[in-house]
Amino acid sequence: MTTTSETPNGSFRLSMLLYDTRYRATTIQIIALFAFMFGVAWLVNNVIQNLAASGKTFDFGFLWEPSGYDINQQLIEYNSRSPHIRAAVVGLLNTLLVAGMGCVTATIIGLFIGILRLSKNWIISRLAAFYVEGLRNVPVLLWIVMTMAIAIHFFPAPREFRGENPAATMKLFDSIAVTNRGVYIPKAVFSDGFGYMPVFGGSFHVNLDAVAILVVLAISLYISHLIRKRADRIQEETGDRPTVWYLRLAVVLLPFLAVLWLLGFHLEYPQFKGFGFKGGIHMRNSLLALWLALSLYTSAFIAEIVRSGIMAVSKGQSEAAAALGLRQGKIMRLVILPQALRVIVPPLISQYLNLTKNSSLAIAVGYMDITGTLGGITLNQTGREMESILLLMLCYLLISLAISAVMNFYNERTKLQER
Amino acid sequence: MKKTIILGALTAAGLAAAGAASAGTLDDVKARGKLNCGVSTGLVGFAAPDANGNWQGFDIGVCRAVAAAVLGDPTAIEFVPTTGKTRFTALASGEVDMLARNTTWTFTRDVDLKFEFVGVNYYDGQGFMVPKSLGVTSAKDLDGATVCIQTGTTTELNLADFFRSNNMNYEPVPIETNAEAQQQFLAGACDTLTTDASGLAATRAAFENPHDYVILPEIISKEPLGPLVRHGDQQWGDIVRWTLNALISAEELGITSANIDELAKGTNNPEINRILGTEGDLGGMFGLDKQWAYRAIKAGGNYGELFEKNIGENTPVGLSRGLNAQWRDGGLIYSPPFR
Repeated sequence: MTTTSETPNGSFRLSMLLYDTRYRATTIQIIALFAFMFGVAWLVNNVIQNLAASGKTFDFGFLWEPSGYDINQQLIEYNSRSPHIRAAVVGLLNTLLVAGMGCVTATIIGLFIGILRLSKNWIISRLAAFYVEGLRNVPVLLWIVMTMAIAIHFFPAPREFRGENPAATMKLFDSIAVTNRGVYIPKAVFSDGFGYMPVFGGSFHVNLDAVAILVVLAISLYISHLIRKRADRIQEETGDRPTVWYLRLAVVLLPFLAVLWLLGFHLEYPQFKGFGFKGGIHMRNSLLALWLALSLYTSAFIAEIVRSGIMAVSKGQSEAAAALGLRQGKIMRLVILPQALRVIVPPLISQYLNLTKNSSLAIAVGYMDITGTLGGITLNQTGREMESILLLMLCYLLISLAISAVMNFYNERTKLQER
Repeated sequence: MKKTIILGALTAAGLAAAGAASAGTLDDVKARGKLNCGVSTGLVGFAAPDANGNWQGFDIGVCRAVAAAVLGDPTAIEFVPTTGKTRFTALASGEVDMLARNTTWTFTRDVDLKFEFVGVNYYDGQGFMVPKSLGVTSAKDLDGATVCIQTGTTTELNLADFFRSNNMNYEPVPIETNAEAQQQFLAGACDTLTTDASGLAATRAAFENPHDYVILPEIISKEPLGPLVRHGDQQWGDIVRWTLNALISAEELGITSANIDELAKGTNNPEINRILGTEGDLGGMFGLDKQWAYRAIKAGGNYGELFEKNIGENTPVGLSRGLNAQWRDGGLIYSPPFR
């Protein structure tokens, strides 16, 4: 023990704040806190001063003015007379769409590549390694731009579908058109459907047909789940597992087909009309390019996470499973992956967050996400940089926190139950 | 103790920097020895770097004239390429001293964004370009077309209004720069390209087969393009405004880069003398010397010379003077008198 820990005699002196180890840490922290607060205050003051100097006010009123511009991909109704706030919501939904699609595909591809990298086959594992290193070592912006360039130059322009002997034809029994403006696929329409229901005073419309189908699906999936539970119980009691797969399939499929038939389901095919294809669902090449590039790029990272997760499961586990007579695929599905998940999920969260934030590069290919609408055109047309950027940051923060919350909840459920 | 002094000094410096933005632009430019001029990212004829990397064009001419007037050297310029989206931020934040970048003069930009449009150097309007093979002869036939537009421009808003008021549908393809627009348009990813008619002509000039494309006759908007500066620095605004006016007056009075040295020795026309500084001291009134306009005109020639050299009928861009002829020839180009 050093002498400093002894109580010095005499009263408290000011210099002890710096030279006495009992107080020094606190002193430094307080000074650091003040310095930090001073820095923040200076920045805020600077903003206020400069806004005042340039004669600008801080006001979100512009969000309710008509936006004046059109957006090509709109998941909710929108036109150029709609307010800026609605344009921001259209952009937000586009962000969520591409982020959601990207997370799903990136996970699936990443899982496969990660497992392939551990393959005992030299060529397969090398190819997977090549995939990972090639993709993750090039900036994602370049992948996005390159995918878009390929989409524009490789696929035929719509005008090549015109005429008696067109240079390009539709694929899959004339149901899908692949053009350099995107892919047109058939769209589900319901001739006897319920139509749309306005909510929030008519500002949004809910597709009742989709709601009906989802409700029916949810109920039948729940029944299917109960059937499986029952099968599990019987297996526990008797040791024999009854064959229920056809029952479960029928429970899900039959009500689904029935509701489709009742709603008058049929497909609307894209058709060449005027300048290009009309009807069907238009998946714009900006969406496809962004989706593909983001998923491939992120999948390389996820592959590495999956690999590390699997390698973290001790070898004894797979050997024990093999000794029990499980086949290779079942070992992976039933023994390795459930244990690997608790290592995989936490870093996976940050990959999902990265993918979502990387989607703000959308403007490079003209995809109208929230950075393109609120942080792009709205900002530019109204000149409200401060308000738009703050709002934009808030949006991304909320999306990221929401993803984190969901994934942390999932992590809680998959993590090892310690007793 | 020493640390305290350093911290105190840093704080003071920081606070001083916060207030420094309000100093005069003229003094800033002179102290820097260089004019920061915001230009477009590349539009042949208006502003584009040539094979040697030197910026050339009609808008560049305005930058060079201002640099020559203020600094005496038309090459003392830092060109800052800006997109439709970044240009106003660049100007408002002081990154550039002026914008000479086919920017449309509108009420909100002038009043709400706090900029000062010092004049119009090109009267333009928004048009559409289509491939001849599309068989479209009028913009009214474009119902259902896919349209490439540069985002962050007035054209975006005009386009929405035009299609809406004519009850037509369209699919916008938003694009950041003119080069990308060109790429998508040529690949057929959009049916038509829309921007200012001059911009369309300039873009078409850079195509491999310019004759396969037509610009439709409809002009759907008024687009007065001109240089602009920040609000609130009247002296700097006056300098840029009157440099542009000097170029315009020079054409009207017959001052060209060829005869300017001759005329600068003194003429019988008092207005020429006032412009070229042999009579009175106009330059001194806004902090420049007597020769400011002489150097501005000498840098690239008068308005007409700049026009003919960069975008005129004998250039690949091939624009006729039209509205941009001098007022005496039936155009709108008109400078207030130098008096």
